[in-house]
Amino acid sequence: MNGVHDMGGMHGFGPVVAESDEPRFHQQWERRAFALTLGMGALGQWNLDQSRSARESLPAAQYLASSYYRIWFDGLIRLMLERRLVTPEELADGRMRSAPLLLARALAADAVPAALARGGSTQRPQAGKARFAVGDRVRALNINPPTHTRLPRYCRGKPGTIVRLHGAHVFPDSNALGAGENPQWLYSVRFEAGDVWGPGTTASTVFVDCWEPYLEAR
Amino acid sequence: MTDERSRNQHGHVHDHDHGHAGAGSELPEMELRVRALESLLLEKGYVDPKALDTLIETYETKVGPHNGARVVAKAWVDLQYRKWLLEDATAAIASLGYTGRQGEHMVALENTERVHNMVVCTLCSCYPWPVLGLPPVWYKSAPYRSRAVIDPRGVLAEFGVTLPGHVELRVWDSTAEIRYLVLPMRPGGTDGWSEDRLAGLVTRNSMIGTGLAEVPQGAQVRS
Repeated sequence: MNGVHDMGGMHGFGPVVAESDEPRFHQQWERRAFALTLGMGALGQWNLDQSRSARESLPAAQYLASSYYRIWFDGLIRLMLERRLVTPEELADGRMRSAPLLLARALAADAVPAALARGGSTQRPQAGKARFAVGDRVRALNINPPTHTRLPRYCRGKPGTIVRLHGAHVFPDSNALGAGENPQWLYSVRFEAGDVWGPGTTASTVFVDCWEPYLEAR
Repeated sequence: MTDERSRNQHGHVHDHDHGHAGAGSELPEMELRVRALESLLLEKGYVDPKALDTLIETYETKVGPHNGARVVAKAWVDLQYRKWLLEDATAAIASLGYTGRQGEHMVALENTERVHNMVVCTLCSCYPWPVLGLPPVWYKSAPYRSRAVIDPRGVLAEFGVTLPGHVELRVWDSTAEIRYLVLPMRPGGTDGWSEDRLAGLVTRNSMIGTGLAEVPQGAQVRS
């Protein structure tokens, strides 16, 4: 979707400001929201792409006005409400009114280190051959899906060159819709910054990881 | 607090911080909402409070850029390791014990006299957790996400970094699950240094590409 989360190349956000102390979390609630998001994610009721899609789908003005973990929190709420894991009434005061859905057991403390160390690879076996090879000249498609995609607006329609093949990976555009992992070949594509931005950019090249359905030969 | 403890069937005592002095209207509201949610999810059995504590402790105190600094320092002293890192970063980094969430598929980007790499996630905040920990606020912020791809030199200037005009500036947008670690240039004046000592020069920003490794006092910057 053409959301405000897709920020590459936008103007008007001001300078990059680094904090001098850089705490990992700024408020106690951020710690808990972070952990709740990971803990609930471990139940497997949604996938990574659905989680990203939920955050991006927040109202644009709300997204821009929210702190980072506020976006996580609001995304988590949305995912749980959609799946009826919680109700609005329960969220209001934190008291359970409906019996819990029968899910996988909650992530246990002693299982956390192994779960984190294992992570979640998105690489999958892929039957067919990759359509492109390193050095091939490609063009990112000019597409504007209203649903989740990982093709940034700034490179759509722009010419690029394949620089690396990463194997086949879960395709976010399908996975976010619950339409299956639909693995696709994933490439690093080099775009000349002048092709993307015209004159005046201070970048030389911009590299974007693109799944095969985002690309056409040129 | 008492109320919350009494409602908690798991007998877990929360270590909530009550030191906030109402900085902005978002804070008290969010504190209450997140507590209500946690309480609800505990009651439903969806989360284990001890697991939540472990998750927080892991990313607040254990995983951080000191991991990535070890990778870089090793690559500076061990040419075989450097080669391996550049060819198969996932395996080379895993050999030091750094694996898993948000680092499942790693690629290392070598900075040289001619090429400077810088990493961003314009769409969200993708970042190599096992080697760098959780990202700083600026990395997740709209100013960085919007400008890194179009004006990286402007962004670098805000970090106090100016690169010679002939340096090719490559920006990597982490749009998939590939996570990038920049391998900064080894500073001059460090011949014979141990890995441990070298790791102390590897800044977090130098591994994102918004900074350079520190130069030891009295040493000449490599030109």
